Amino acid sequence: MKDFRYLPDVSTLKLDEMACIGCGICEMLCPHAVFEIRDRKARIVDADGCMECGACANNCPSSAISVTPGVGCATYIIQSWIKGKENASCGCDCC
Amino acid sequence: MKKTMNIQPFPMESEPCCCSAAAHTPDSYERPGYALCSFVENFESTAVGMIPHVKTYLERSDHIGTILTRADIGRSRYKISAGLYCVGKPDSQSPVLVTANYKLTFDMLRKELQEISAWILVLDTRGINVWCAAGKGTFSSEEVCRQVKSSGIATLVSHRELILPQLSATGVSAIKVKKDCGFKVIWGPVYTKDIRRFLDAGMTAEPLMRQVTFSLAERLVLIPVEIVLLRKYLGWLVPAIFILSGISPNIFSISMAWSKGLIALVALLAGILAGAVMTPALLPWIPGLAFSVKGTLTGLFFGIWVMAESWRNVGGVGALALLVFTTAISSYLAMNFTGSTPFTSPSGVEKEMRKAMPFQAGVVIFALILWIISGFVR
Repeated sequence: MKDFRYLPDVSTLKLDEMACIGCGICEMLCPHAVFEIRDRKARIVDADGCMECGACANNCPSSAISVTPGVGCATYIIQSWIKGKENASCGCDCC
Repeated sequence: MKKTMNIQPFPMESEPCCCSAAAHTPDSYERPGYALCSFVENFESTAVGMIPHVKTYLERSDHIGTILTRADIGRSRYKISAGLYCVGKPDSQSPVLVTANYKLTFDMLRKELQEISAWILVLDTRGINVWCAAGKGTFSSEEVCRQVKSSGIATLVSHRELILPQLSATGVSAIKVKKDCGFKVIWGPVYTKDIRRFLDAGMTAEPLMRQVTFSLAERLVLIPVEIVLLRKYLGWLVPAIFILSGISPNIFSISMAWSKGLIALVALLAGILAGAVMTPALLPWIPGLAFSVKGTLTGLFFGIWVMAESWRNVGGVGALALLVFTTAISSYLAMNFTGSTPFTSPSGVEKEMRKAMPFQAGVVIFALILWIISGFVR
């Protein structure tokens, strides 16, 4: 997926390296290889590859990762502007 | 054909027409008020009741269903009942594969399971695929535990492991599942095509099995739905185009509404082709990071063609209006495609939209003004 790049410097992904226990779950679960374990700690090696799906944060045993997860879908975002985040949907039954 | 005098529910003829042969034809499992799903081969009698044994190959009806779903026909109803299914000869050692109840997802999984014995636990994701359901919260830790408990899988297997598709990690927390129902989550590969190698390798995935891809074929199958979803815009956009095209020095001209309207319609179709077909298809090769920029480029490409072709009929101002219109439509539709890709972040899409939408709206208004002027300056 390195050949598909989107806007840089926008991801809300944050890693607290102090809290990280180096278990490697994030490295395994990230579908874009954003993390790498080096010296028994996770590192963010490709922050711009992050699509904020939230898989890593949802499964981090030491809550060292935070990200505002969401759906990168224009229709959904327009709806969330109009109707608010709770009532938004893609209108496409897909996501 | 003579009718025999008996009170059997079915005619007992000697022809190999039906019924007589076996207790194991799918028909024999039918019950009043129920229809047997075509993907069920037979039923496995287990300690927790009859478990449907599913086919590991797809049939014509499955392929037709796939095609219709890809064209957005009945897509939101294309689902199967949640619960436990099986393939092969599963026993207490067999793996438990967890999946979504979108029929397209279920089909993709079962066709990869030839000669594999496994239990398949299908979650109720409202007929939505794994990743989207995980993002929406229906493929969740709670739903996994709910189906584990209601299916009775714990009495069928001696181990305490569930294999989940990797992309469900967005909605499922392995820690929570372990705590709430005692099963350990093993993260399977992203794609069902890798499930066999994953199982053969002792439930480990190579790094490449953990990455999403977005190949040309993966992009092309998404295009029909992109186009069909446009019907909600076309319902008002097409009439609006014809009405605006008729504005003339005599207030309104029906002949102009028709002749100019048809040309504008071509520009609209060119914009759709550029934004919803060309942009997805050529995505990695079109310059730009923002999708609206990619759509602007493909839109200009098609718009210049529209401009050149229409100049003779609608004049320079009109032709310019169409160029601008085609480009704006393409830019907007390309931006909409972000929702179908597996790599755009919501923060990025929101940032792009905040920048692009005022621009797109301004450009459309500019095209509109030019188009109306073109009705006066010919």
